Amino acid sequence: MVTTLSGIEELVWERLSLIPDPEIPVISIVELGIVRNVQYDGETLNIVVTPTYTGCPAMHLFVAEIKAAMHDQGFDHLNITTVYSPAWTTDLIAPEAMQKLKKYGIAPPVKEISQDDPFAPLPVIPCPRCGSEHTSMVSQFGATACKSLYTCNDCKEPFEYFKHF
Amino acid sequence: MATNQALFQYCLRLGDTNLILGHRLSEMCSRGPMLEEDIALTNFALDHIGQAEALLQYAGKLEGKGRSEDDLSYLRNVEEFENFRLVEQPNTDFAYVIARQFLVDVYQCLLYQKMQKSTDETLAGMGSRFLKESTYHLRHTSGWMERLGLGTDESKRRIQQAINDLWQYTPEMLSARPYEKELTAKGIVPDAEEIALDWLVQVVRVLSRSGIHKPQDAAVPPSDSHSDHLVRMLAEMQYLQRTYPDARW
Repeated sequence: MVTTLSGIEELVWERLSLIPDPEIPVISIVELGIVRNVQYDGETLNIVVTPTYTGCPAMHLFVAEIKAAMHDQGFDHLNITTVYSPAWTTDLIAPEAMQKLKKYGIAPPVKEISQDDPFAPLPVIPCPRCGSEHTSMVSQFGATACKSLYTCNDCKEPFEYFKHF
Repeated sequence: MATNQALFQYCLRLGDTNLILGHRLSEMCSRGPMLEEDIALTNFALDHIGQAEALLQYAGKLEGKGRSEDDLSYLRNVEEFENFRLVEQPNTDFAYVIARQFLVDVYQCLLYQKMQKSTDETLAGMGSRFLKESTYHLRHTSGWMERLGLGTDESKRRIQQAINDLWQYTPEMLSARPYEKELTAKGIVPDAEEIALDWLVQVVRVLSRSGIHKPQDAAVPPSDSHSDHLVRMLAEMQYLQRTYPDARW
């Protein structure tokens, strides 16, 4: 039985790490890096989250799922706050999650040469299936805000790329 | 003007601009010239509506009257909207959509770059968040400026026409509002004059690379009030909340 406050917080983290990203179910919202802080004062559970993309429709789903999961755990006083600072970046994605993305067929983010310069050349995105660096971008924008569409010129497979952000 | 009141006005201006531009772009859904472009434009719409949500939520908090981002979006009248006049201009053709977006993208990239250094933590966080989105937008639209400008005679004619028609709305976007002075002095919001100078340099660089002439500044600036285009857009956007007040999904 867990009695300390920090023990309870740890349990909350564990429970949150079972909530999958609705678009990429192989990684959890904790691995994605959107849960900033969990704090329990004995009565109220405070959870701080940060959005990935500002307009990401999944964000509302994350919050609803966190609420439902915490309610199931018996937390009646729940306070979820959204913060924008410091901004979320793909660097917050856990290294294991990067591997999971790749296994799932999504090329993980590759650090860009200059993030703020729209005229900088784009980095090479290796194919998540065959590893070839001989790939081309089909569309900078994909089915979700966080991904671009690519195709591998060697194995000919199309694939999604999780944009560096 | 108290700092919070001025900052409320400022966030309203940026928030409304994103809201109206996002809505305009959403009108392109299923009307893009090709599938990839349809997806790109609706992705843009989503980013702008997301930015609007964050900015208007913060504006509501600063105002302190309990108005949410939805209240601000759906329950204000046309004259209360503070968006740039440029973004309410209609989707006349694809060249207009791209030209309007390009002119705003250059502005927003510069604005958000500087906003990251704001002494206001929330604005600084939003600046670095939004900058990455706008950088993707600008990469896309400047590519289109080039393709249209250097494409066929028809694409060149259309993109030049769009830039000529939209240019008159850019001074309004670039000029500071009276309440901004004290915010800039306190390091809360970027200096509008600095942005305006950089904006012109960057825009001209892309125009000349694309074989598009920079238009002359309008001898008579357009009226300061909103156009009928915005009236019509709001009528559609706000219809549901106005007809069924407090309706929820």
